Amino acid sequence: MTIWSYPIRIFRFYRDGFAAMTVGRTLWKLIFIKLFIMFAVLKVFFFPDFLTTRFDTDEQRAGYVLEQITNGAANQDERRNSHGRD
Amino acid sequence: MGEIDLGLVNWSRAQFALTAMYHWLFVPLTLGLSFLCAFFETIYVRTGKEEWKHLTKFWMTLFGINFAIGIATGIILEFQFGTNWSNYSWMVGDIFGAPLAIEGIVAFFLEATFFAVMFFGWNRVSKGFHLFSTWMVAVGSNLSALWILVANGWMQHPVGMQFNPETVRFEMQNFWEVLFSPVAVAKFTHTTSASFIVGSLFVITVSSWYLLKGRHLLMAKRSILVASVFGLLSFFYVSLTGDESAYSNAWTQPMKLAAYEGLYDGERPADIVALGILNPAKRPGDDRQPFLFEIKIPYLLSVLANRSVDSFVPGINDLLYGNEAEGLVGIDKKIERGRIAVADLAAYKEAKAADDTAAAAAALARFEQNSEFLGHGYLEKPEDAVPPVQTSFYSFHIMVFLALFFGFICAAYLYYTMKDTIEQKRWLLPFGISSFFVALTASQAGWVTAEVGRQPWAIQDMLPVGMATSNLATGNVIATFWIFAALFTLLLLAEIKIMLSQIKKGPEGAK
Repeated sequence: MTIWSYPIRIFRFYRDGFAAMTVGRTLWKLIFIKLFIMFAVLKVFFFPDFLTTRFDTDEQRAGYVLEQITNGAANQDERRNSHGRD
Repeated sequence: MGEIDLGLVNWSRAQFALTAMYHWLFVPLTLGLSFLCAFFETIYVRTGKEEWKHLTKFWMTLFGINFAIGIATGIILEFQFGTNWSNYSWMVGDIFGAPLAIEGIVAFFLEATFFAVMFFGWNRVSKGFHLFSTWMVAVGSNLSALWILVANGWMQHPVGMQFNPETVRFEMQNFWEVLFSPVAVAKFTHTTSASFIVGSLFVITVSSWYLLKGRHLLMAKRSILVASVFGLLSFFYVSLTGDESAYSNAWTQPMKLAAYEGLYDGERPADIVALGILNPAKRPGDDRQPFLFEIKIPYLLSVLANRSVDSFVPGINDLLYGNEAEGLVGIDKKIERGRIAVADLAAYKEAKAADDTAAAAAALARFEQNSEFLGHGYLEKPEDAVPPVQTSFYSFHIMVFLALFFGFICAAYLYYTMKDTIEQKRWLLPFGISSFFVALTASQAGWVTAEVGRQPWAIQDMLPVGMATSNLATGNVIATFWIFAALFTLLLLAEIKIMLSQIKKGPEGAK
């Protein structure tokens, strides 16, 4: 047995394991559907990174956050009172 | 209870709470059941009896279903950090980066590698290596939890860091201080030991159903024997870790302790309210009685909080308005110093923008004098520092009372299983069947106590939740709240359906 036979054995281990699954197949389908919804739909359309999408550099992001926390009370009130603002 | 404010902050809170609570339906079962699978397989390897192998494979299948449905539900929380909590995310990036990166690596190598051997490796690898893999899945799952709980512990008690106004980040100064913070240690040990009880009661619930139906009696009784021993040991351990958790609250988050004990005026010695109904009209600083009804245990709160029978335990009013005799500074003083810190930070920002190095350095020096009160600078009035008392009190007491029920269930099941009369105790079996659902309720109540009790802080004393959120359109947060509610409900229904179908098939259907 050479070292080159290990990748083939590992591949067969996984291939045979997947082939022998019963309830596992349903679970894998569920996992893939879930991951697709999370990463291809939710992350892309609903959860863009707030600071990354608005600013190009870390310095700009730090500047924005500093602005937010030094205008503290005003910013906090705005958030508290933004009832259904669109 | 006041009127619920449906602004951006509370919708962001609600969304995070919803996803965290759904996520936490899956996680404790994974943490607890993984160790039970390891115990079952160890017995199989030690005895060589095939019945134990079938039993192990059956519970492993249920473990796999829960793991598969629950996997990645926590990622949504990380999405929310970047979108809804961008100020917070930016400020803690340096602290959370290391623990969460370690979590990812540990989870990937330990779980993903050994998980495959655990499920695909029966009869294909040696018994010893298979058993080792099952243990590594259990250890890996629980170690994954360690890092996120360390991060949570840091938010409750921020140590080993320094705020850097230049980067606007809390920067890690001492990794070991973060890792071994007493709050983080208490949080990890209490959360995992509570999850061991959840796993044990899951086994007892399913096995009790089999006993009631007269199916798979031998498998059910063997499973119960192991689960009740593990559950009972975990019950004693969770009591110790819970005590340690409350003790650390007493000196790191005394307001949280006062809220979940319903203590408005400090006492020396302090009694604990074992059972009570809070007066809903009671507010900090007024003369109303805090309880409509109460049963107290003398001295116990002093012992719990300070390990001393006659020590003083501060109440909400002492912490809010100060208590000179006990050396407590009121929140109003902290608000004053916090506002100075915010103003100096603003002066630093302006000086930096004007390229005035001397003025920036002077502002920074002034800021350092009050930086530990930074978060208080955002509070409008002292009463804002009080968490919702009713929610904290009831969730804490529900958790404690249900925990006593678990001790009773595990002890009773162990006793009657050892006497080999468990299937004849028809009165006990319905309690056993209900126990897993009760355990999930207690586990959720524990998190409600921990998280509601620390309000208004996202990072204790440093950053209130109101300042941690992104300035988003509220409508977007509402929309995603309902999307998550629908998605997680579907996942939960899928889990229940697949799990029930597998349980009905019994050990014969385990593959």
